[in-house]
Amino acid sequence: MAAQTTQRPELLRIEGISKRFVKPVDLAGRIANMMGASNREAVVHAVDGVDLSVAEGEVVALVGESGCGKSTLGRVIAGIHEPTEGRVFWRGQDIARMDSAARQAFTLGAQMIFQDPMSSLNPRIRAGEIVGEAPRVHGLVDAAGQAEYVSTLFRQVGLDPDYRRRFPHQFSGGQRARIGIARALAVKPKLLVCDESVAALDVSIQAQVLNLFMDLREALGLAYVFISHDLGVVRHISDRTFIMYLGRVIESGRTDEIFREPAHPYTRALLDNVPRLDARKRSFSTVKGEIPSPLHPPPGCHFHPRCPMAGPRCAVEVPRRTTLAEGRIVACHLADGGVAAAA
Amino acid sequence: MAEPVLAVDNLATHFFTRDGVVKSVDGVSFTVAPGEVLGLVGESGSGKSVTGFSIMGLIDPPGRIVSGSIRLKGEELVGRTEAEMRAVRGRSLAMIFQDPMMTLNPVLRIDTQMMEAVHAHEKVSEKAARDRAVQALAQVGIPSPEERLSAYPHQFSGGMRQRVAIAIALIHRPALIIADEPTTALDVTIQSQILAEVQKLCAESGTALVWITHDLAVVAGLADRVAVMYAGRIVEQGLVDDVLDRPLHPYTHGLIGSVPGEAMPGKRLMQIPGSTPSLGRLPPGCAFEPRCSRAVETCRAGAPPLAQGSQGRAYRCINPVPAEEAA
Ligand SMILES: Nc1ncnc2c1ncn2[C@@H]1O[C@H](COP(=O)(O)OP(=O)(O)OP(=O)(O)O)[C@@H](O)[C@H]1O
Ligand SMILES: Nc1ncnc2c1ncn2[C@@H]1O[C@H](COP(=O)(O)OP(=O)(O)O)[C@@H](O)[C@H]1O
Ligand code: SF4
Ligand code: SF4
Ligand SMILES: [Mg+2]
Ligand SMILES: [Mg+2]
Repeated sequence: MAAQTTQRPELLRIEGISKRFVKPVDLAGRIANMMGASNREAVVHAVDGVDLSVAEGEVVALVGESGCGKSTLGRVIAGIHEPTEGRVFWRGQDIARMDSAARQAFTLGAQMIFQDPMSSLNPRIRAGEIVGEAPRVHGLVDAAGQAEYVSTLFRQVGLDPDYRRRFPHQFSGGQRARIGIARALAVKPKLLVCDESVAALDVSIQAQVLNLFMDLREALGLAYVFISHDLGVVRHISDRTFIMYLGRVIESGRTDEIFREPAHPYTRALLDNVPRLDARKRSFSTVKGEIPSPLHPPPGCHFHPRCPMAGPRCAVEVPRRTTLAEGRIVACHLADGGVAAAA
Repeated sequence: MAEPVLAVDNLATHFFTRDGVVKSVDGVSFTVAPGEVLGLVGESGSGKSVTGFSIMGLIDPPGRIVSGSIRLKGEELVGRTEAEMRAVRGRSLAMIFQDPMMTLNPVLRIDTQMMEAVHAHEKVSEKAARDRAVQALAQVGIPSPEERLSAYPHQFSGGMRQRVAIAIALIHRPALIIADEPTTALDVTIQSQILAEVQKLCAESGTALVWITHDLAVVAGLADRVAVMYAGRIVEQGLVDDVLDRPLHPYTHGLIGSVPGEAMPGKRLMQIPGSTPSLGRLPPGCAFEPRCSRAVETCRAGAPPLAQGSQGRAYRCINPVPAEEAA
């Protein structure tokens, strides 16, 4: 599967993407400042220098633990956030230099499906209008054709077209997820950015929705950026995987290769820790420590306080990206001359 | 086998709502031996939490235990007064919740809360209570516990808060802990740390554990036995290896096939059609019948009887999955 993907034309590419958020000083901090403290606004480096590309029809997964920047990166890819640094190319064109027609093609071409289907659906609007509004506004369908267009989309995601007149609260979690998918599909996208789109669903319903994603990929040639903290889901659905830790991509490559032979100590830790049906009555191996606050990431390699392999160099020097094999990149000093001496 | 710590027999807990009777738990039976870990799995709304709350004596109106028996170390809990239950809760029986803030009070310091927990069941000095708190925090892997004691819950991460809740549950070395999805909201490395601690502590103290979760893979890694709930009933139970390697109930079989990461990557997952039924309007026969690929005419006639095998294996299905399909 992945061997073919490298030959497919590139759909989206990002280069050197960083996204920083400024957190203003909170009330307690401001009061403390009046007493002579010096709290400053804090800068969160949510995404830090990420390169990534997605080919047509390819499924690229972003994985990592809470707060590592997956959603922020997904929003940059979907054109919802402006990056602080770096460039985004859609079909080879820099989106910052596009004319309005090309920009429109990108805006509709990359659609995001959000983490929580309930909060992203307006409770007072009927399902048919939720799905049909955007294609009408963008002139993909006229008012007369909307009902038929929406019915087709409903059938495509496995919903009864009669449900068009229902409100979001009248659907189950799995059905709401399908409405969210139908709404995204309505503007004929090429790329879906799915942010934890199956995380809130029961396993049996999650399986239905994952199957639907795979069917749509087949039928419409869709590409996906699939954001998940669930390594089982990622392994099942993606061609390539990008593993993030505190804003940085620490390893990337073909999913099957990463799962077979993880190169980065953090990737190894994640894979060791994931519960599996075939690992019975096991002793849970653990990575020590907590995930550090993104407000104060550790210097050097962000993972060094938790890394069993860390050496002196790791605390002072940011690991470079090393290419292990074609398309396989790891950011760890072990892959780049060892961990012992500080350079 | 040793006398069970917990024996639940034919428990039924119903909610009498304005829209009708919700039979959240309807004829549930299982036992847990000393030091044993039972995984109670099922999808949302299947009745796992209500089972846990029933054991704890925490069912409030319009809910009520309508029948059945819950014996803790041989003693009947059903029918006890709230005051009697309070003497049991926290001492021989404790619960950990998905949200640790169900246990913790946001406006009290950790030390206050932990010493209160000690004093609830034991008359000891302030100093002794404090030492116990420090010891309990250290046990669950909280670094420099003396310093952390004076913190408030909000100063802790989600994983740390859950550890504190576990420390409080363990303070009186209860015979049984009921853990209701305590790691579901946590990241995988933090979940793993907590599973490792719980495993160690239960092995050391002989505490029995009922681990409620929707995650079959966690059960595989942690539990000795598993009970699978669907629509208020346990549809299958037995040793983890037996049930996961050779499921008999079509629902268990479907659940296992739905877990991504086990099937061939990129292949369709074995999905169960439809969605979980509303407990107010269950079909007359087998509750799984509308979604079941193995359903036959008689499945609709009445609730399938409990079939029992060796080593606590039991299931409710009249047309179980044949061995050659189960693998
Ligand atoms: N609008 C914002 N303002 C300030 N900080 C933000 C904002 N959005 C995200 N962040 C911060 O950026 C970091 C990355 O957040 P992000 O939502 O991308 O994480 P995530 O990987 O999606 O996490 P999760 O798995 O919990 O969804 C976090 O520290 C978060 O608090
Ligand atoms: N206080 C209540 N009033 C009415 N119905 C309730 C109440 N608590 C739980 N239920 C119902 O009981 C069923 C089982 O709930 P629960 O045990 O919480 O499921 P889960 O398996 O997800 O833990 C659900 O249908 C739920 O809606
Ligand atoms: S660079 Fe050092 S600390 Fe970072 S992952 Fe590699 S060995 Fe561990
Ligand atoms: S009793 Fe019938 S409907 Fe119920 S699970 Fe068994 S085969 Fe399916
Ligand atoms: Mg997110
Ligand atoms: Mg529950």
